[in-house]
Formats: sequence, structure tokens, C-alpha cells
Amino acid sequence: MTSIAKPRIVHRGLSRNRLGLTVRDYEGGMSTLCAGCGHDSVTAAIIQALFELAVPPHRVAKMSGIGCSSKTPAYFLNASHSFNAVHGRMPCIATGAAAANRELYLLGVSGDGDSLSIGLGQFAHAVRRNLDMLYIIENNGVYGLTKGQFSASADIGTAAKRGEVNEQPPIDPVQLTMALGGTFVARSFSGDKDQLVPLIKAGMRHEGFAVIDVLSPCVTFNDHEASTKSYAYTREHSHEVMHTDFVPPMPGITVSYDKGEVVPITMHDGSRLLLRKVSDDYDPHSRGAAIEYIRTQQRKGEIVTGLLFVDESRPDMHGINSTTGMPLNELPFRSLCPGKRRLAALQRRYR
Amino acid sequence: MDPTKTDGTEYFHRVVDCQWACPAHTDVPEYIRLIAQGRFTDAYLLNRQSNVFPGILGRVCDRPCEPACRRTRVEDKPVAICRLKRVASDNREEIGDRLPQAPRHRNGKRIALVGAGCASLAVANDLIPLGYECVIFEALDKPGGLMRTNIPAFRLPASVLDEEIDYIVDMGVDLRLSHPVQSMSALLEEGFDAVFVGTGAPKGKELKLPGRYDTDRIHIGIQWLESIAFGHVTSVGRRVLIIGVGNTAMDCCRSSLRLGAKNVKVMARKPRAFFKASDWELEDAEEERVKIVVNHSPREFLVEDGKLVGMKFDVLEYEFDDRGRITDSRIVDEATLPCDDVVLAIGQENAFPWVERDIGIEFDKWDVPVVDPTTFESTREGVFFGGDAAFGPKNIIWAVEHGHQAAISIHKYCQGTSLTDRLPRGVNLTTAKMGIHEWSYSNDYDPAGRRIMPHVDLKKRFRKLNIEVELGFSAEDAAAEVERCLNCDLQTVFTAGLCIECDACIDICPVDCLTITPNGDQETIEANLKTARLEAEQPLYLSGPLPHTSRVMVKDENLCVHCGLCAERCPTGAWDMQKSTVVIPYALDEAERDEQLCQTAQKAG
Ligand SMILES: Cc1ncc(C[n+]2csc(CCOP(=O)(O)OP(=O)(O)O)c2C)c(N)n1
Ligand code: SF4
Ligand SMILES: [Mg+2]
Repeated sequence: MTSIAKPRIVHRGLSRNRLGLTVRDYEGGMSTLCAGCGHDSVTAAIIQALFELAVPPHRVAKMSGIGCSSKTPAYFLNASHSFNAVHGRMPCIATGAAAANRELYLLGVSGDGDSLSIGLGQFAHAVRRNLDMLYIIENNGVYGLTKGQFSASADIGTAAKRGEVNEQPPIDPVQLTMALGGTFVARSFSGDKDQLVPLIKAGMRHEGFAVIDVLSPCVTFNDHEASTKSYAYTREHSHEVMHTDFVPPMPGITVSYDKGEVVPITMHDGSRLLLRKVSDDYDPHSRGAAIEYIRTQQRKGEIVTGLLFVDESRPDMHGINSTTGMPLNELPFRSLCPGKRRLAALQRRYR
Repeated sequence: MDPTKTDGTEYFHRVVDCQWACPAHTDVPEYIRLIAQGRFTDAYLLNRQSNVFPGILGRVCDRPCEPACRRTRVEDKPVAICRLKRVASDNREEIGDRLPQAPRHRNGKRIALVGAGCASLAVANDLIPLGYECVIFEALDKPGGLMRTNIPAFRLPASVLDEEIDYIVDMGVDLRLSHPVQSMSALLEEGFDAVFVGTGAPKGKELKLPGRYDTDRIHIGIQWLESIAFGHVTSVGRRVLIIGVGNTAMDCCRSSLRLGAKNVKVMARKPRAFFKASDWELEDAEEERVKIVVNHSPREFLVEDGKLVGMKFDVLEYEFDDRGRITDSRIVDEATLPCDDVVLAIGQENAFPWVERDIGIEFDKWDVPVVDPTTFESTREGVFFGGDAAFGPKNIIWAVEHGHQAAISIHKYCQGTSLTDRLPRGVNLTTAKMGIHEWSYSNDYDPAGRRIMPHVDLKKRFRKLNIEVELGFSAEDAAAEVERCLNCDLQTVFTAGLCIECDACIDICPVDCLTITPNGDQETIEANLKTARLEAEQPLYLSGPLPHTSRVMVKDENLCVHCGLCAERCPTGAWDMQKSTVVIPYALDEAERDEQLCQTAQKAG
């Protein structure tokens, strides 16, 4: 725990975004995580991305479950909505929030334990529903908060701090999400903000379920030599195949890029992603080929990072269910609550 | 870029902006911390070590430290460094037994010091404890030089002056008052081992315009102030014009008000941005309703029947370039202002009518002695100059520093060692970590604004000539002001080999002054900084290659507020907060070195 809070100093080098806010306005409470925890860096990346996107803080709902990672929404966006769900149950709460107010930006932060161990079922269904939210998994291979037991993402052969070796195969959230029909799948590293910040921006702008699996080392329980989720291991073995630049909608301004090298993707709000191939043999358009590639590289001990798959064409939960276009709290009372007779008519249809 | 060299360099000294800016390198952050702990006497003595006159300087120092203060980079106003010095002085206890003393046995060397101002007193302060006999010759019947004659008592009470001068004189100075030195060659014949000239810059500049000598109501600022200080002038006319807008002009206009003037105007040739006076002195004068008139260039004194009736001015208009510098001026009008007295405060010079020009002391084409800027020796061996006498008018704190340096030279000269082989300055570092989340300094950033110095009521202060206007900080003011200090001497020290590049320091830094980036030339590194570099003068602190990626850690010293959060959040201790102490050698240290050399030689021999 840090004894003093980060002071709010508006220094001369601080810039302001479109809303006139500084990056300080996107910060939250003082982190109580261990010094050097990867999760704090992810927090900083979220703050930076949301500042750059100029998202109005009050339009964001921060969703999380239980874990060190799930504590982090307290450390950014003080002026946003927030819900800290029961362990592994954040996706269903997020589904409810999305159903009620489709104008909220849902930003979920979870851990590998929260999403892949206890919460795997909830997670899988959120992917299927293509819930319109950004879902960040701060993946450290352990249950940090409960002192470092292996989580479902621990690799075979990785050793705990005390030496015990994991024998169970890992669940890779990236391959899982692709297999489940996810529409925006990315992997990154807490120590690489150049990659992570544009990914968060892109994920925020994606209409549908965007998953970013962020390798985020636990300095206290999983940063030793025999770990496959340490800072050193991640740095040495991760390999970026697709670099993403995020270009916000700028009417009248064209962006120039080399066509052969860059794949442009236009998002629903008009912003664009420029995907630059770092590896020639990677194809981000084919779900099957992508999974195959990631798996092959995984066998070679390589962690593939970047925006690995994106499909802007599939409808999100609201589209699939043809829900009303307005947040429920803005619907006139008559339409929101059409009365006893309409309810009875509806019930008759199901008899 | 190469990693920043901090060992054996002045790097960490420069980070302490106030201490670096202070000519005598007063350890500002440390004395402020001592005040915060209520250790006023210790704070006073720490000050005294470098600036010799904390009580005096705590009132009237030119404060080059304050514009340099890091606090001005996060808000408008610097820490009230000077006022806090006075707090140390006002609250100190008896210090007699903690002052340096003359040794029982003198070393047989006699030094003559000409002029009992701050420079000579500083030399005596350093040499007497080493056993030197110091004889100070003073033309006036009181010591203090310009501090007494030119600084009015309402800014610097005589009691404060007397007390701090007495500390030195009581060590055993042979002070010969009312004893002007008429001839340098005669003095040299008296057989002193060395001579120090600290006679200041006692000659006020003239303004030779028509009418100048047709009346006795035109005064030369510094002489006029001296006459007031010694009670020879006790009144002035109702309407007074002060010519010039430096600090002497401010003292002259405020003195006029105390002698009975009702309408005082300070006449400036140029616009306000070009004024020489310190901002706070201008503020204090304007608080007393002195009017400052800009763009008026004196043309003529108007004297009728031997009586000064007014002054004629050209009214000027200036043109500026985009950096605000004057490129052109022209006369657009003329103005006549009635007055009863005029005080000329347009500068002063040093003057040496008593130094013969054929005794090996060279003077340059401006008739200023040729003085070595490091040793303060003139072209004649064994004759030293310091203070305003050496390089023209500066200020008290520069004179004190000259005194320290001249004392070292005089000691070396008398011991027959090389004047240029001087002990270097150094920096010592010790970690400030006391435990988990515990540092040996108050690292929490306090957003409080600068305290305002309380003044004596505007009605009351003119009743007597010597009512000190500034009342000094209250205990509450002092307690709040000390917390504004950013502790720049608590250095952020980085050990590249320990870094795991987790970004924790970068994420927590409240001023975004840290960056990890691939190494490159200066331009590339600057382009990658998290916050654009605003001050080219302030250094970048660059690490060696980091173990994981060979990138480098870069810190922009300009922005850092020394809150210690980087070190607090660093999981490996790669960042540490370390207390730096700048080691400034004095004559005493040189003497100790001599002694050690002597002992080793004896053992060897
Ligand atoms: C229902 C329930 N079961 C178990 C726990 C105990 N528990 C708290 S946090 C946690 C694991 C969190 O791991 P992860 O999501 O990876 O977060 P990390 O701390 O690693 O960031 C567990 C098992 C709980 N709080 N609630
Ligand atoms: S236990 Fe691990 S995951 Fe939790 S705060 Fe500490 S370093 Fe981070
Ligand atoms: Mg975990």
C-alpha cells in the first residue's frame, strides 16, 4: 500500500482533450496493489486510452468481479459508474446493464481466475451474446488476491513460487473466444503501452464483445524464474504479429498508408483501425487460420500478440434481439410499462 | 545518448535549483526542514556556514534562489526562501558557544582588510578561526559598509546588523573605525602578510544635465541614503523625484516618505519589464503609494533663482521585437514635473583613488582592477579584492561568497601553497528510505499557496525612520510555508540493473516526467518523452541500458516534484530517494587538508 496519494498537480506539460479534460480527470483512487503489479500498468493504459478518446467519464460503467485485477476499476475513472460483482459473475451483471442502457460504454476488467476458472461459463455466454462491451482480462496465471494458487490460464510446466509444477493444460482466452465466435480478439502485455493503448481504444469503439487478454505479471507470486507469466518470460517470448493504430473519425481528413502493408478497418462510429502486419504469414481475416497460427506458435513457446481477429459485421446483443433503440430510462412510461392488458396478451401468446 | 554521469560531477547539485542559484550555495532545503522541525538555531547555523549573515539576508537578500525555485514550475510563486531564513534568525536561541572561535595560539600571519563591509567581514569570519590576525580598516565610525549606509533601517534594523557583525568582530577582529586608508602603498609597507580590499562600490553615478550644479537640492542616491543613516539628513521637500528604477531608487523613494515628502515619483526611462528593481521592492514601494512613471528620459533640471522648481523630461515611445526586446525608441512628447528635491539613483561604481597605479596592481580600461575570478587575487601577489570592489556592484550574497573564496586564497598564499589547487565541491548521497512507505522527509506534496509577509500598518510605519515594515512570519505562516518546499535535495537515483520495466514509476509519476524508450540521439529521445521537454536548461537524467530490453529510463529533471512515488512504487528498489549533501569547501577545510598532508609527510619522513 502506498502511504501518500498521487497528488493532483496540473503541470505545464499537461495537455487537454476535446472535452477540455486532462489525463488527471480520468484517474481514480490510489492503487492498493503491490508495487510493480502489472495491473497498475493496465490501469494507466486504460486512463490514457479513455483520455485520448475523450470519452465522457459519466458515460462509462466499469464492471468487475473479484481479484486483484477486479479491484482496479477503483483506480481509474473516479467519475464513472461501477459495479463490483460476485466472483466470476460480472458478465451477467454487465448484460443487465447493457440491456437497460445501451448508451453506456461498458468496460469490464477481470482476471484469469475470475474469467477462466470460476467465471468461465459466464464469460463464454457473454462472448456468444456479443455483448457490446470491452472485456479486459488481466492475465497473470495465478489467483493473486488469494496468494498465488495456479489459475486456469497457468501453462503446463510453469512452477509456483514454492516450486510446485502445474500439470493441467491452460485455457487460452484468445483461442477460446475465437472458437466461441468472438468478434474482436486481442492479446497484449501490460509492459507494452504502445501496443495496449490503441487496442483499448479500438476495443472501446468496437460494436460487440471485445476481448483483450493482457499478460499482466503478478510481481509478488508469479514473477520468478520458473514462471511463464513473469515480466522477463513474457518479454522474451511475446511476438507482435499485427500492430494496430487507431484513427479517430476525422471528417475530411484522409490518412495515407501503404496499401500492401496495412489493412484498414472502419468501425461503426467512423473511426478506423490500421492493422499493420508485422508477421507476413498471419491472416487476421480467417478465424480458422488465425487459431491455427496461434496454436502452432504456442507449441514453439511463442506468445502471439496484437489485434488477432476482428469482425465488424456481426450484430451485437441489441441487434440480435431487436431491442428498442433507446436506453430504458429514457423511454416514455407508456412504452416502458404498457399496462396490465398488454401483459395479459403477451402471456396468452405463450399458453 | 550516453548515460548521465553523476559521480564526481555537479549533476545532483544542479538539481537543487535554489542551492545552485545561491552564490554562496546555501543549503536551502535542509534549513527549511530544520525549521519545519522547530530546530531554528540549527537552521540559523547551517545558514551562517554559507551565507554568514542569515538575519540580514533573511530581510534584504537579492534572493537569486527564489526565481530558480522548482515550485514556480507547478504554480506561480516560489517558496518564500528568504522569509524562512528570517524565521530561523528570529527564533534562534543563544548561539555564542556554537560559533567558531579563534584558537589559543595565533599562526603569526597578519591580514589587512580594507572596508568593514560584508566581504571583509566574511573573510575575517573564515580566517580568524584558523589563527590569522585580521585588521579591518573602516573609514566610517561604524562597521557594516553598504549594509548600514545604503539599506534603510525600515528594511534592516540596526540591531540585526550589529548582532551579526559582532559575532565576527567578537571572535577577535582588530577593527579600526574612522580609519580611512589613504594610500595602498603605505598600507603595503606596514608589512601585512596579505591585503584584502572590500571597499564596495561607493561612487554614485552622476547625471550631468543643464542645471545640475545650480542648486543643492539634487542628491546622489547612495550618498544621500548614507547621510540619512547617520542622521545628517533629516528632512526633504514635499515633492521628490527619484531618477532611476533600481533597488537603490526604491530605498530612496521610501526614505523620502519617511522624511516628510508627500508626493514621490520614481522616474523610469523604460517600460516596466526593463526595471532593475526586484519585483518585491517595487511592490513594497507601490504599497506606500509611490508613483512609478515610465518612459520618461531626463533632459534638464529647472532652477529658478537658485531654487530647484522642477525637471524636464522627454517622453519616449519604444518598439519591440517578438521577444520583447527594444529595437527602437523615439521622442513623442515632453513633460515638466515640479519638484523640491531630486535624487539620482542610476547606478554606482567602484572607485580606487587611494590605490596608486604604479605598484603592480593593474587596472583595466574602465579603471577597474584586474582580478582573478577564482582566486580573487589582483595582479599584485598577496593583494586580493572581493565584493563590489572586485567586479562592480552585485549584492551582499555575492560579496559573502567572494569573501569565502578570497579567504581560501589568502590562506593558501600565506601557507605558500598553490592558489589554484583548491578542494573541489562534491555531493554526498545517502538513502532516505526508513522502512516500507517511510521516508526521512515530508514527501507528501502540499498544494498550499505562498504565505504573504505581514506589514506594519500604512499609517503607523511613517512615524519614525526606523520602524521595520516587515513583521516576519508568524508560527502558523512558517509552518505552512515550509511544507511548500519540494525537497529538491532528495534525489531520485536510478539503478538500471535492478529495473524490470514494469512501468510502475511511469504510471504513478504525478508530473509525467519519466519515460522508458529505446536509446537514440537526443532528438529521438526528446520526441519520445511522455511530456514534451519545456526547459532545455534543465537536464535529462538518462540510465544505461535496462536488463530486459536494452531500452533506457529517461527522467526530465525539470518537471520532477521529488514526491518519491517512483521509489515508493518500484518493486525492486531501482528507484531510490537519496538525500544529497553538497560539500562546499571553506578555508577551514583547506587548512584541515594541509594538516593531513603535513601529518602524512611527517610519518613518511
Ligand atoms: C465465490 C468465491 N470463491 C472464491 C473466492 C476467493 N477468491 C478471491 S479472488 C480469487 C481469484 C482471483 O484470481 P484472478 O481473477 O486471476 O485475479 P488476480 O488476483 O490474479 O488478479 C479467488 C479464488 C471468492 N472471493 N469468491
Ligand atoms: S498479489 Fe500479484 S496480482 Fe495481486 S496486487 Fe500483488 S502483484 Fe498484483
Ligand atoms: Mg490472476
